[in-house]
Amino acid sequence: MTIPLRQQVFEVLKDVPDPEIPAVSVVDLGIVRGVDEQAPAVRITPTYTGCPATLAIEAAIRVALDQAGLQGVGIETELTPPWTTDWISDEGREKLRAYGIAPPPKGEGRGSLKAEAAAECPRCGSTNTEELSRFGSTPCKALWRCKSCAEPFDRFKCH
Amino acid sequence: MSGDRARIDYALRLGDDALVLGQRLGEWCGHAPMLEVDLGLANIALDLIGQAQHFLAHAGALEGHGRDADKLAFRRDVLDFKNCLLVEQPNGDFAQTIARQALFSTWHELMLQRLQGSSDTAIAAVAQKAVKEVAYHASFAREWVVRLGDGTAESRQRMVDGLDWMWRFVDELFAMDLVDQAMAEAGVGVDKSTLRPEWDHLIDAMLAEATLERPAPRRGVMGGREGRHSEHLGHMLSEMQFLQRAYPDAVW
Ligand SMILES: [Zn+2]
Repeated sequence: MTIPLRQQVFEVLKDVPDPEIPAVSVVDLGIVRGVDEQAPAVRITPTYTGCPATLAIEAAIRVALDQAGLQGVGIETELTPPWTTDWISDEGREKLRAYGIAPPPKGEGRGSLKAEAAAECPRCGSTNTEELSRFGSTPCKALWRCKSCAEPFDRFKCH
Repeated sequence: MSGDRARIDYALRLGDDALVLGQRLGEWCGHAPMLEVDLGLANIALDLIGQAQHFLAHAGALEGHGRDADKLAFRRDVLDFKNCLLVEQPNGDFAQTIARQALFSTWHELMLQRLQGSSDTAIAAVAQKAVKEVAYHASFAREWVVRLGDGTAESRQRMVDGLDWMWRFVDELFAMDLVDQAMAEAGVGVDKSTLRPEWDHLIDAMLAEATLERPAPRRGVMGGREGRHSEHLGHMLSEMQFLQRAYPDAVW
């Protein structure tokens, strides 16, 4: 029995880490949209327009597919519908938290900037936190501080 | 003017605004007054350069002469750049940079909101992604105008001077020429003149919060969309394009 191509591709890509946040895979982040069985090609989408990791992600996916014997599977980039943080899987959210990055709450992807609720500290769970800077070490993260345990932490920006 | 040429120019204008401002902001990297601001300006620059890549790639595809985004960015001379004059203005001090950013990003967000519904699906797709990023740019810059304007005597004076320097380039943002009219009629572009009331409202609210007056009216300077640029852009390009001019087709 042959395994469907879609399943083979996802099986390979679920182990390809994001280059900037290696705790999560490109599948967890919702970068991998699906597989076009006809082309054949895997459809991916960039998270942020200017994310410098986009090229590195594509290269990592290429290498993983090649190593799995899927050299014939191409990579297609699509922009619509635009990626939001709602594309991050529940498993991905838990991995982010365990890694020390406060995940974005679900369904808030389309909310306004001002409406962002206080982030939950990934270390102690307190919501007594404040935003230090809306721009963090990568385009996808904002810099926060926990007022309970006094530790700074990254928050995955709602988008 | 043929519709094809107008559409290529329209994509170039969108791309060049983002590219030139992205490059300008990159000049701050490692020099900003605080680490958080350094990261903020670099992040905004990255967003803009990402947008530029998409718009310029689209322009190159429409043109059909095999020029990709890199070729358009690094191999065009200054007269072929279609960005507005505001984005090419020198950084000056931090307040002058923030003045440029607040005026531009406020306009940029309004533009992208409308362009999400463009009949050109490539332009609409980039606008849908970029509009959320640019909302961050606009609020970041306007918050800094308030902080500096309603700050110390020195920060206030610098903010006044920065806005005064940039103000003469505002009218160009809303000017409509033949390319703009053709693209607005085709449903590709935006009637920019209709954005002015909302822009005025947002900027006036920012100035009021910053306890600043509107700069004195000045005669608007224009020409960027047709390639008539200030001296500053040529100097910026000479640095940005140096490597590709000295070593054509060099790759990583
Ligand atoms: Zn804590």
